Order: sequence, then structure tokens, then C-alpha cells
Amino acid sequence: MKYLYEFREGSKVKLIIESIRKICKGKWTIMEVCGSQTHSILSAGIDELLPENITLVHGPGCPVCVTPKEMIDRAISLSKMKDVILFTYGDMLRVPGSKESLFKAKADGAKVKMVYSPFEVVEFAKNNPDKKVVFFGIGFETTTPCNATTILRARELNLKNFFTLIAQFRVPPAIEAILNDPFNKVQGFLAPGHVCTVMGIEEYVPISEKYNVPIVVTGFESFDLSQGILLLVSMLERKEKGVKIQYKRSCKPEGNHKAKEVINKVFKIGDLKWRGIGVIKNSGWVLKEEFAEMDANILLKEYFDEIEETKEGCVAALILQGKKKPSDCALFGKECNPLNPLGAPMVSSEGACAAYYKFKR
Amino acid sequence: MKKVELAHGAGGILMREFIEKEIKGRFKNEELNKLLDSAILKNKNKRIAFTTDSYVVSPIFFPGGNIGELAVNGTVNDLIAVGAFPEFISLSLIIEEGFSFEDLEKILDSVKEASERANVKVVTGDTKVVERGKGDGIFINTSGIGFIPEDIDLGYHRIKENDKLIINGPIGLHGFSILVARENIKVEGNLKSDTASLLELWKALYENKIEVHFMRDPTRGGVQGVLNEIAKESGYDIVLFEDNLPITDEVRGLSEILGIDPLLMANEGKMIFFVKASDAERALEVLRGCEFGRESKVIGEVSKSGGSLKLLTSLKVTRILDMPYADPLPRIC
Repeated sequence: MKYLYEFREGSKVKLIIESIRKICKGKWTIMEVCGSQTHSILSAGIDELLPENITLVHGPGCPVCVTPKEMIDRAISLSKMKDVILFTYGDMLRVPGSKESLFKAKADGAKVKMVYSPFEVVEFAKNNPDKKVVFFGIGFETTTPCNATTILRARELNLKNFFTLIAQFRVPPAIEAILNDPFNKVQGFLAPGHVCTVMGIEEYVPISEKYNVPIVVTGFESFDLSQGILLLVSMLERKEKGVKIQYKRSCKPEGNHKAKEVINKVFKIGDLKWRGIGVIKNSGWVLKEEFAEMDANILLKEYFDEIEETKEGCVAALILQGKKKPSDCALFGKECNPLNPLGAPMVSSEGACAAYYKFKR
Repeated sequence: MKKVELAHGAGGILMREFIEKEIKGRFKNEELNKLLDSAILKNKNKRIAFTTDSYVVSPIFFPGGNIGELAVNGTVNDLIAVGAFPEFISLSLIIEEGFSFEDLEKILDSVKEASERANVKVVTGDTKVVERGKGDGIFINTSGIGFIPEDIDLGYHRIKENDKLIINGPIGLHGFSILVARENIKVEGNLKSDTASLLELWKALYENKIEVHFMRDPTRGGVQGVLNEIAKESGYDIVLFEDNLPITDEVRGLSEILGIDPLLMANEGKMIFFVKASDAERALEVLRGCEFGRESKVIGEVSKSGGSLKLLTSLKVTRILDMPYADPLPRIC
């Protein structure tokens, strides 16, 4: 299959890993930011083939994982209200809130539906004017344009029964938060290719300058990831900073103008809480005032306490910041597993702990 | 349009007519024709294999088949998986009031075709009609009886180190076809369910005296689910070869878009054969000569004692393949 099989060929990847071995002299800690990258690395076994002096740490780039518990509580509460139907993406369903997951609520009779495309939700709202339709949309800059377009479409149709519950995260402030930490160990980043396909590299250049770190925008197949690591290691060895693009077949330096335009029509930058990390300044997209009437929060009558992750021994926050690996956690694979996740990176299959559980026990 | 009424399951004239015309008329055979409370079958002094399964698939008609043939093939394949040659099945219908009679006849026709292909007789059955809203169109239960030849001994105890795992074609077709039909996902290409009876394959292996140690049809839970179970029960590690897994472009594309691994998706016309290593080449040859075996491939082997399922990746790194915990869910990114 074009653009897929040729980027997974084991023999090509092995050649790149050989080159990494040849040029790597120093001891380097590299973070792949995105959960899909972590998944791909572990799934192919790239981490096992890298030289010992390269440590891969796994970033916070799984939106399902970092969606705060109280958001899920709100979604559940909405789905139980009279005349409300809540739509969301598949992997949100299993994630536990403070008491239960949307799946469990659904089994109890809550009106929860899974969608593949948010446009289906607009269609449903149009055809069911007597129901209040809530779209629970989360994600990074990759899903933002799509969710924004959905909101614009609902506005265009003048739907008064369409609402959104939004947790829309931005990657660059999270990278800065990691770099601002006095105990940070990360020396270089593999930036997420899809996010940069939308946003371009503009926001990453000043980060590289300010913190003196190399950043390589990298794709998601084993060839991409090994090539991204090769580029990053060669920059680290040469003490070079700056932003390079490995994922050229998709990402242009300026990003996607059209996508950025729709984002800016609907959203503005605001502070957002990340599950397991806390509030990061400017790390989210929030609805602009002119779309306030579509905010599902106005339907809610009750107040939802902010919930802290308090499980003793859980090192989720440190894992999300690249300071520890899932295998360093005493709870990993024992009390904490995908059926009973205690920390954010275990809640979705794209989370670092879930990926370790799946591939590396 | 004629519709199923509650009376079709109520024991009166309408039900009698239905059974005479639609059931007996279709499936006529010595055992069924008597319409006794139970079919009376002859034991051939062989070991009997007996299985049952309920079919609740939605949508009822899907690309590549419908609930009728699925209900026959699924039960037949469960019999074959223990080395039996299927002979008899039962057919129980639970139909929702108002169900289209035309659709019912289509389903019964494909039960007939599938049972003829699998060489089984429908010898007993039942029809119930439930009130509108209390069912999902139609549910079917079939039970099956088959006989196991004396020289056949399949089971976990026969699985040995170095046994080769052979599958008779590409994986994930049924699961993805149902998903696409159910969710109305618009995709191009030739994706359809693989529902099929695998009698021909087993017959060919048996007649050619291939030493088969174990068989399992990877339905729910997919290849990954059933092999995890087998690894655990047999006490051996099982290694799958990533580069050898047969996956069509359609399935690969959907799996990438939705984030669902083909290894977790259900198959309805596939069997994983555990074959003695020295017989593997011959087994491939025999299977490839069969209608549903042309794309047979060795996809893995039994390794040392352990009890887990592993994957040898394209990079020749071995990693675990975990037991799935429920139906796979599509992911956001």
C-alpha cells in the first residue's frame, strides 16, 4: 500500500539503525512527543535495536490520556440528562472518570454514541431537533480543524440543539513546560508529524532557540521514527539546534493555511488542565465568545470538582514529563493495568504505560 | 409486503404452514421429515462432537453473506476444529414481529445452500416470534453434531515445539466488513466477509494424512485472541511472524484509519492449523488446492515452553501480543 508498506520495510529500517550506531558517540535522552509514535516504536521494536546510550522517553502526546477526569464526569452527567445524547470518539468510552467510564454509564442507560466523524453528529442534530446533541471532542491540533469545521457547520445550519464539550490541547506549551522543569533530562525532541502538518513549525523554532534543543518533526512508521532519531542524534552530536522536518511527505514548514484558518475562526488560545500534569498556561484551544451558546457546559446544573490524581506510588506525572519510564513504576502491570488504570498514561491504548503493558511485559 | 407475525411462532395453523413450507420444504431429509420433538440420529460408533452457537449479527445482511450462512458455517467450523466431520445441525429462529418475509426466505435459502455445501442436514429446529421491539430482526441459534474418525486425536496435549501454524488466507475480513456495514463507513475496494465452511480443507488434510495437532477458527477475539488462549492452555510460547501475516490492502487501510489491529478482528472462514513441522510444506500444497485455501500461509510456529503469544516484527525483534480485553475500539489519533 502506497505511503505505508515502503515506510515499514524492516531491511531499510535496519540500515538506518546501523547509521545511528555509527554516528552516536554521546549519551542522549530523546523524547518522542506523540503517543502514536511511542506505540509505533514499541510495536516494531525500534527501542530494542538502538544503541544503549540513547534513551527514549515518552511524551504527553495522548489526548485521551490527558483529558481531565472531571471532563469525563461532565460528559457522563450530560449523557444522563433528559433529551441529551452524547457523541464521542471510540477510545474515549473506556476511560474512567472519577466514578465510572462512559461505557459503564451507557450500560446503565446513559445515551452515549460512538462516532467516526463529528459530521455525523451535526447530521444527527439536524434530523433530531427535539434532542439536545452534545459532541464530546478532544484531541491535539490534529483534531482541532475537524472539530472547528463541525462547529462552523452547525452554525451554518443554525442548529440550536448542537453543543460541544471540548478539550483541545496544544503541543508546544507542553514541550516548554517539560523544558522549564529544573529536573528536565530531555535533550532533543521528535515532534509529532501530524500536529505539525496542521500547524507548521513556526511555534517550534523559538522553543529550539530559547532552550537550545534540536527538534525533528517526525512521522509515525518505523522508517520515519528511525530516520527522525538519526537526524536528531546527528544534530545532538554536532551540538546543533533548530527544527528539521523528517516527515516531508506530509508536513510543510508553514503548515496548512486552511486548517489554521478554521481553527482561528472558532477557537482562541487559553489555559488547560492536563490529567496527570495540571494546568499548563496557554496549552489549549477554547471556544471564542461568539460560539459560547454551543458550549455544553451551559447545560450542566451541577458543579464538578477538579480532581487530583492522588494514587500513592503512581508516577504518571513524571512519565508524562519524560522523567521516568513506565517500567520504573512499582504499580505498573500490578495494581495498574488497562482494565484498572491508576494514572493517565494507562487509560488509553496510545498512552506510554498502556503501550508498555501491551508490548513490553 | 408479507411480514412475520406473532402467530408464526404461536403453535397454530400459521406456524404449521410455515414449518411445512419454509422449513421442511427446504431442508427435507429423513430425520427432519418426521417432525418429531427430537430428531433421532444414528451413532456410528465414533466419538461425537457437539457444539452450539447463537448468531446475533447486525446488520443481518452484510457484504459477503448474511446471518443464515453465518449460522451454518460458524457451527460447522466449530465441529471441524476438533477434527469432526459435521453431519447434523439444528436451526432455531427467534424472529421479531414484523420482520420481512422476503428477507426471512433469503436467509433460509442461504441456510440451505450453506448446509448443502458443508454436507450437513438440518434435522431439528424451533421458531419463536417475539413482539416488535423485543428483538433485533432475527437471531439464529444452531447446534451441530459431527463424528470424529478414530485415527484423529487433536487437542492442546498434541501441540509440540516447532509445530507450524498455517492459516488459509487473509485475516480480519469478516470483522471489518461488519464494522463498515454497521457504521456505514464509505470505503472503496472489494471488502467482504470471508464466511465459509472449511470442510473441504479439513477433508483434504485428513485424506492426505497430514499430521495436524490442533485447529482453531479465529472468530471473536481474532487471531490474537484465540492464539493467546492456545498458548496459555498448551503451556508453549507461540510466535507469529509479522512479515507473513496475510492482510489485504482494504483491511490494512481500514486498520490504519481506525486504529484497529487486523489481528484482533473476527474471521468466519479461517482456520489456524497446527501442523507437524516436517508436514508443513505438504500441508500448504494440499490446502492451496482447495477453494478456500488458495492463499494459505505459514504465519508462525510453536516455540519453547512458556505460555505467551509473541510477534517477531519486521525488524526481527520479538515482543508480546497481549490478550485483548474486549472489542477493539477505534482511536482518535
